[in-house]
Parts: sequence; C-alpha cells; structure tokens
Amino acid sequence: MKSVDFLYAALAAFALIHGAYIVILYTRYRKLSQELKELKK
Amino acid sequence: MKKAFPFLALITAVLVGYGFYLGLFVAPTERTMGEVQRIFYFHAPSGWTSFWLFFTNLVASVVYLIRRNPKADALAVASAEVGVVFCTVVLVTGPLWARPVWGIWWTWDMRLTSTLVLWLIYVSYLLLRRFSEGTQTPILAAVLAIFGALDVPLVYFSIWFFRTQHPQPVIGNGGSLDPSMRPAFWMNVLAFSCFGALLCWVRYRIEIMQREAGEAEARQSLHAAPAIATRPAYRGGTQ
Amino acid sequence: MTLWSVTLATLKKDLRLEWRSKDALNAMLFFSLLVVVIFSFSFDPLAEESRHIVGGLIWVAFLFAAVVALNQTWAREIRNQVLDAYRVSPAPANALFLAKALGNFIFVGVLEALMTPLFVVFYNLRVLGPAWQLIPIAGLGTWALVVNGTFFAAMSLRTRSRELMLPLLLFPISIPAVTAMVESTTVVLTGESSARFWIVLLLTYDVVFTTACLGLFATVLKAE
Repeated sequence: MKSVDFLYAALAAFALIHGAYIVILYTRYRKLSQELKELKK
Repeated sequence: MKKAFPFLALITAVLVGYGFYLGLFVAPTERTMGEVQRIFYFHAPSGWTSFWLFFTNLVASVVYLIRRNPKADALAVASAEVGVVFCTVVLVTGPLWARPVWGIWWTWDMRLTSTLVLWLIYVSYLLLRRFSEGTQTPILAAVLAIFGALDVPLVYFSIWFFRTQHPQPVIGNGGSLDPSMRPAFWMNVLAFSCFGALLCWVRYRIEIMQREAGEAEARQSLHAAPAIATRPAYRGGTQ
Repeated sequence: MTLWSVTLATLKKDLRLEWRSKDALNAMLFFSLLVVVIFSFSFDPLAEESRHIVGGLIWVAFLFAAVVALNQTWAREIRNQVLDAYRVSPAPANALFLAKALGNFIFVGVLEALMTPLFVVFYNLRVLGPAWQLIPIAGLGTWALVVNGTFFAAMSLRTRSRELMLPLLLFPISIPAVTAMVESTTVVLTGESSARFWIVLLLTYDVVFTTACLGLFATVLKAE
C-alpha cells in the first residue's frame, strides 16, 4: 500500500465516524420532535 | 434558539471545509513523511476538541453536584458523548498515520496513550449512564467524572516515566510546528472547535427534548388514570 | 461514636461473618490457584525472559482475584436492607466505607499471600533487586485497587449487570496504578533500575483517591 492510501483511509474513517454520529443525532431529533408534537396535542 | 441552527451549521460547514482545504491542498508537503502527514491536520485538532469537551463535562458535572441543575447534567451527557466521538477519530487516525511513517500501528506515545485512557474512562462513564437504573444516575455519573479528572495527571506522569524506562517512538512532530504549517493547523483547530460545540449543542437539545417528552408522557398517563379507572369494564376492580 | 470505633466495629462484624461462612473464602482461594496455573500454562515459565513478564502476570492475577472479591462487597448489605438503616443512622458514612475497604484489603491481601508462593514455585522466581520493596508495592497497590473498587462497587449497586459494571468502571481509572504496580514489581525482580518513582506514584494515587472516596462516599450512599 502506498503511504498516501493511509491518508485516504483516515479521511474515510473521519467521514464515517462523524457521519454515523450525525445520522444518529438526526434520527433521534426527528423521532423526538414527532413525539413532542403528539404529546402537546 | 432553533432558528439559529441552520445558520450556525452553515458557518461551521464552511469553516471545516476551508480547514480541510488548507490542510489537504494548501499546506506544504512534509519533507520526510510525504502526503500522509496531512492526517495531522484533522488528527490533532480532533484531539484538542475532545479535550475541551471533556473539560466541559467536568465543569458541568461539578456544577451539577453543587447546584443539582438538570441542565448542567444534560450538558454533561452531551459533552461526554461528543467528546468520545472526537476521541475515537484521534485513536483511529493516529495508527493510520503511524503505520506508513514509522512502520508500527501503535506505540506508547504520550499523546496517543493518554487519549486512549481518556477514551476508556469516558466510555465507562457513558456505560454507567446507560446501565444505571433509578433517578440518581446523574449524581453517580458526576462523581465518576470527578474521579476521571483526578486520574488525568496521574495517567500523564505514569506514561511519562514509562517512556523514560522503555524508549518508544514519538508519533507526530514532537512539539514544534513549522511556521508554514501553522495557519492550516490553527484554522482546523478553530473549525473543529466550532464543529464540536455545534454537535454538543445539538446533543444537548436532544437531551432536553428527551426529558421533556418523558415528563409529558408521565403527566399524560397520570391524567388518563382516573378516566381508565371509571370506565364501565373496570368499575369493581375486575376485568 | 467516633469514626474509628464505628469502622472497627463494622470491620470486626464483617470478618466474623466471613469467617463463619467460609464458602466465599474457599471459592476465592481455589479461583486464585486456578489463575496461577492457567497463567503458568500460557506463559512459559522456563524462558529466560520470564522474569520480565512475571510482574505483569502476578498483578493481572491479583486484579482478577480482587474483582471477584470486590463484587460481593455489598451483597450482604443489599440482601438485608442494611444500607437503608445506615442512611438513617447517625453513624458517619465514611465508617461504613472504611470498614468495607479495609475488609476487602485484608481479604485480597490474604489471597495475594497465598498466590505469591505459587508464582514463586511455578516460575522459579528469584528476586534480584531489593526484595523488601515488594512489601510497600503490594500494600500500596492492593489499597489502590481496593479503595476504588469498594467505591465503584457501591456505585454499581443500582445498575443492570452489576458484576460487569464494576470492572468496567475500575479498570480505566486504575491504569496508572496498575502500570506502577507492574513496573515496580518487574524492576525489583530484575534489579535493573529503581522502583522509587513508581512507589511514590502509587502513594500519590492512594492519597488522592482515598481522599476522593472519603469525600464523595456520603453523596453516593445517599444517592443509592
């Protein structure tokens, strides 16, 4: 493996880790705002 | 508050994007390490961000123990979780940088090792919060955060002395940064700090919403109880 | 009722109860023996370099034994709702904590005293450095594990998978102490350098965390 491949791997890891977390946060936010709307009715 | 979010998210995205641009394209190529050294521009700033996020957790935990303010506890949860995310990035990108440059995946390097221990302590913090039952979890978690903070200088000294007894390679440039690399580095520190703060704020809002939802649900079932109890099928107490 | 009188009374009661039902003690002794034997099979005791790794092996074995002992620290108290009684009594909470910690210290100390000759036998250990230093190392190291372990065992009381939670919380925080224990023991066994720094680090660790545990135990007890 060329050394620059490790740079790409690190970039991919960065994107994956943060991407996964942002998706988790987003889905929780959607679910919660739905719930709160129902409860406030 | 909510309305500011798209604007803040945009600014953060621009900052992070610009930071990456500087780090990956503008900054000069390192002479001995080559292109792979550019990992440094998102490895080190992630480390700084996770440190001040964990520090936020410590302050929030202490405030909670003194004032028992639920918002302080929500901030403690948020900063711990986001801190672990950034810490994970450091621990994954570190070995990916070390392997091509120094030939080894891991070494008991000062920064990498203390990051690992910090990661372990805060993952155990998050597990305590998840597994703990009962209403007193925030107090226990705050106490654990204080224990973790007390541990940090001891961890530092133990690694330092260990390294003098067992000489190990240093991952990174060993402290001083070439002036031509400084703008890219500091830009990324700023960008990642904003990114960390933004994620922490989002997580904090989600935590507050979660508690609101919990309370609203509890209130609803409380109001529903008399209605259920007086329904014809239930009068008399039997099915 | 001073802190010490309550502590000693509680400690004596615990030791008496433990001695009457020797089940836990016997099981733990056998467990310790098993650990030493398994390690001896896994890590060749005849190799020249074994003296360098034995320090680590011994302390990992002690760590396992300590966790098994710590996990049942509060078991009796939970069964008989003793903690509720303690919360309303005027006795200082620290007395209960100290009694438990000291009891654990004695218990784990006995296990270590029994495991050490086994290690010496299986690994043909000869101490090349100042052997007397092993006493403060063992004492300070065991206290480091036991003081935090007793505290985290109390924090784990209201958690799911209580027995798993204790090591999960204890191990990360104990990393500097375990490093110190292992390194100092290795250095004394091989005689290659001075264990002074590690002993001082262990002492510092013990002082810092004993203070923290004593300071925060009342908070944790009330929170349970």
